[in-house]
Amino acid sequence: MSEVIHADHHDDHAHGPAKGMLRWLYTTNHKDIGTLYLWFSFAMFLIGGVMALVIRTELFQPGLQFIEPEFFNQMTTNHGLIMVFGAIMPAFVGLANWLIPMQVGAPDMALPRMNNLSFWILPFAFSMMISTLFMEGGGPNFGWTFYAPLSTTYAPDSVTYFIFAVHLMGASSIMGSINIIATILNMRAPGMTLMKMPMFVWTWLITAYLLIAVMPVLAGAVTMMLFDIHFNTSFFNAAGGGDPVMFQHIFWFFGHPEVYIMILPAFGIVSHIIPTFARKQLFGYTSMVYAVASIAFLSFIVWAHHMFTVGMPLAGQLFFMYSTMLIAVPTGVKVFNWISTMWRGSMTFETPMLFAIAFVVLFTIGGLSGLMLAITPADYQYHDTYFVVAHFHYVLVPGALFSIIAAVYFWIPKWTGKMYDESLGKLHFWLSFIGVNVTFFPQHFSGLAGMPRRIPDYALQFADFNMISSIGAFIFGFSQVFFLYVLIKTIRSGAPAKGRSWEGAKGLEWTLPSPAPYHSFTYPPEVKNEEVHG
Amino acid sequence: MKNQILRMLPGAVALLASGAAIADELNMRVGVTDISRQVYDLHMTIFYICVAIGVVVFGVLFWSVFRHRKSLGAVPATFHESTKMELAWTIVPTLILIVMAIPATKVLVAMYDTGGEDMNIEVRGYQWKWQYKYLDEDYNNSFSFFSNLATPKSQIKNRSVKTDNYLLEVDEHLRIPINRKVRFLVTSEDVIHAWWVPDFGIKRDAVPGMLNELWAIVEEPGIYRGQCTELCGKDHGFMPIVVEAMPEAEFDAWYATKVSSEVVRQESMTKTFTHDELMVQGEGIYGTYCSSCHMANGEGVPPVFPAIAGSTVAMGPRDDHLSLVINGVAGSAMQAFGKQLDAVQLASVVHYQRHAFGNDAGDISQPQDVINLSNGQ
Ligand code: HEM
Ligand SMILES: [Cu+2]
Repeated sequence: MSEVIHADHHDDHAHGPAKGMLRWLYTTNHKDIGTLYLWFSFAMFLIGGVMALVIRTELFQPGLQFIEPEFFNQMTTNHGLIMVFGAIMPAFVGLANWLIPMQVGAPDMALPRMNNLSFWILPFAFSMMISTLFMEGGGPNFGWTFYAPLSTTYAPDSVTYFIFAVHLMGASSIMGSINIIATILNMRAPGMTLMKMPMFVWTWLITAYLLIAVMPVLAGAVTMMLFDIHFNTSFFNAAGGGDPVMFQHIFWFFGHPEVYIMILPAFGIVSHIIPTFARKQLFGYTSMVYAVASIAFLSFIVWAHHMFTVGMPLAGQLFFMYSTMLIAVPTGVKVFNWISTMWRGSMTFETPMLFAIAFVVLFTIGGLSGLMLAITPADYQYHDTYFVVAHFHYVLVPGALFSIIAAVYFWIPKWTGKMYDESLGKLHFWLSFIGVNVTFFPQHFSGLAGMPRRIPDYALQFADFNMISSIGAFIFGFSQVFFLYVLIKTIRSGAPAKGRSWEGAKGLEWTLPSPAPYHSFTYPPEVKNEEVHG
Repeated sequence: MKNQILRMLPGAVALLASGAAIADELNMRVGVTDISRQVYDLHMTIFYICVAIGVVVFGVLFWSVFRHRKSLGAVPATFHESTKMELAWTIVPTLILIVMAIPATKVLVAMYDTGGEDMNIEVRGYQWKWQYKYLDEDYNNSFSFFSNLATPKSQIKNRSVKTDNYLLEVDEHLRIPINRKVRFLVTSEDVIHAWWVPDFGIKRDAVPGMLNELWAIVEEPGIYRGQCTELCGKDHGFMPIVVEAMPEAEFDAWYATKVSSEVVRQESMTKTFTHDELMVQGEGIYGTYCSSCHMANGEGVPPVFPAIAGSTVAMGPRDDHLSLVINGVAGSAMQAFGKQLDAVQLASVVHYQRHAFGNDAGDISQPQDVINLSNGQ
């Protein structure tokens, strides 16, 4: 396969990007598309972030001060949807686009035109979804989990737009995944066996399979909603013989693998950064691969841990409790291997490493609270309180998001040929680190004390923690605007970066000059043992 | 704006003063049932295990971060795998999990022991209130009431000082006896809600078309507060749960009076009321059920909430007016009040609407008319 493509471009070495704005519309280049994905996700991140700040502003004090409950619900719903489908997922796809061809020694992605389509669907999907906020009756207000019948019989009229937006996002994800799988399986340089692939490539390969498996399930769920709303079916309508609980089973059969879709590529990223700055090979490569695979497998059999309070038979509850607890084992294996990689290394603490270490610590805290949530009898007390909010924000913000930020700092020299300003990067890290903990740590307490999630106003005993949370949220929000500044400064006036931008960096991408050439590898590179794992 | 801040000030001061109380609000409540105590112990056990794991794991990590630095001259080791280590950190966590799973299973099994109850109460979620029905064959299972948020709008809108049980108070408590096994059958009329009383250690979703079972044997008399914990629309944050556990004898006495007034209520269904009686009753019901949308003066908020004053319905045929109130208007905020109000209440509120705010339909609505109308359908 790589032979063929290399023949294509053989006589045209100077082949660069087209000129003008249309370049971005027509591009089939993996780097351009990666860039589009990354900027798109950053824009969505800021929009979703503003919504979070609207929420935190209202929750600063008890009482309704700024917005009405109806709008509050639209904010929580859209914040969740935009962050999950608009910020985290596209950012990982953007990183996959940039990195996978370079890391496997290929010139581009396997299916470049489809790549263009998978990106350009997204702006339409999200414009459609966000535009519903301005429609009569408002936008989605039923939570990012959109449980029926609140999202069907009782939904605002705009729900149909929401359904189509979700369909588009799903189509985009499925196409992206097919492309990633095709690239990884067909376009590796000779000599790069599966067990020599970089961890980021491995985690994305598995993630792509998860996506292909579950996005159609989500599409099925929203299609049934569409039928219930417009064609008088009763899939989820008890009055017509349907079952609202079935919606939740379908949703979480998608939803739990989905949360792993948002963390597996992060595992991959961290498995590159820690060895680089510890100047030591990743510990336990093989077991890291197996751990990711077993997490992916287990993620299909734990979904009902989101539904412990829905009223299942005892045997069902026990099954889902045990299987969920089991997920902690491979997750632990990952953490132990990262720490063993650091152990007796020779560490330095540049910005990517700071974010990666914070990832290990704070993600583990999220994993431990996950373990607590897995204990069914205790989950009755935690479920749908701020304790759950704290749990999933710990795994998603200092987890998934920190890994993305770490990846940007780590590979930006390769992408732009410029180095970011280290002291600004560190400042960004410390602000984010403080912000995230001040925001989410107190939420464990308000949750245990009994504060339900998704409420616009709360009883007086929760006032202190909410005030602290809101302050933290503004610190965090501000520090991400600062991140934007750091990025622009790097792109405009960063110091020139070396090909191997970090002393300890290993992998095919570092054998290329910085910035990397438009078509990464026009000849399949030689896969030297010191550049790969295994 | 400045005024608003000034008005919040007393609230803020009260809050500071209650700082000591807030210190107790850091952790899960121990609660007042055997189950809730077991759950609390389980929670603390897992919590301590997690803290221990955290201390060990982060201890090693930070040791490494502080000792194995390039700036201290550390030279990287070359080891990069160990099957023994991998096996160890797969097996040891598995064993720890088994240790956690055993008590968890025990508590869960105990929670599922729903039989042998002394009484049954149906808990029904509505947007946005709870209905409690005492299931008692002797009285046709008919004794039920709604429990609405009692916190005044002025507190929510920051126009008056927030009182102690802000958002956690209702107009009528659910009353249960202590030391008896009370079984709750949880369901919903519209969307999914969730019924949670933290002090009892129980929470269950209220799902339309489904009956979920819960139970509690409360050991201490007192008032226990919880909230709806499943997003159920606009006023999800405003449908608290308040349960009052009473000594047995006190409960029995209360229940007896409730039941006898229930008998009186059922008898009143066949009574014929005068215009004045209907107006007095109707005004009260209008205030509780109608005025939040149609306004106390009957002017409504057109076009969303139509006016009652001068309305064609209120001045039109009586039976059309009655059936509109009984069945609601599909696709609008106008609910089907036939499910929430009895015939006397429906007759009086409709009669009131037809003769208040300058309306003068000049007819009369009796409970029997409502019953006939409902039967005729
Ligand atoms: C050790 C691993 C983990 C365990 C045992 C675990 C367990 C759980 C459980 C039991 C719940 C349901 C809580 C409830 O609603 O009552 C939950 C919620 C959640 N978890 Fe995890 N979790 C783990 C890791 C993760 C990771 C890695 C992610 C994502 C990156 C994640 C994301 C979420 C999200 C988003 C929710 C809440 C969804 C919602 O209701 O909106 N979890 N977790
Ligand atoms: Cu899950």
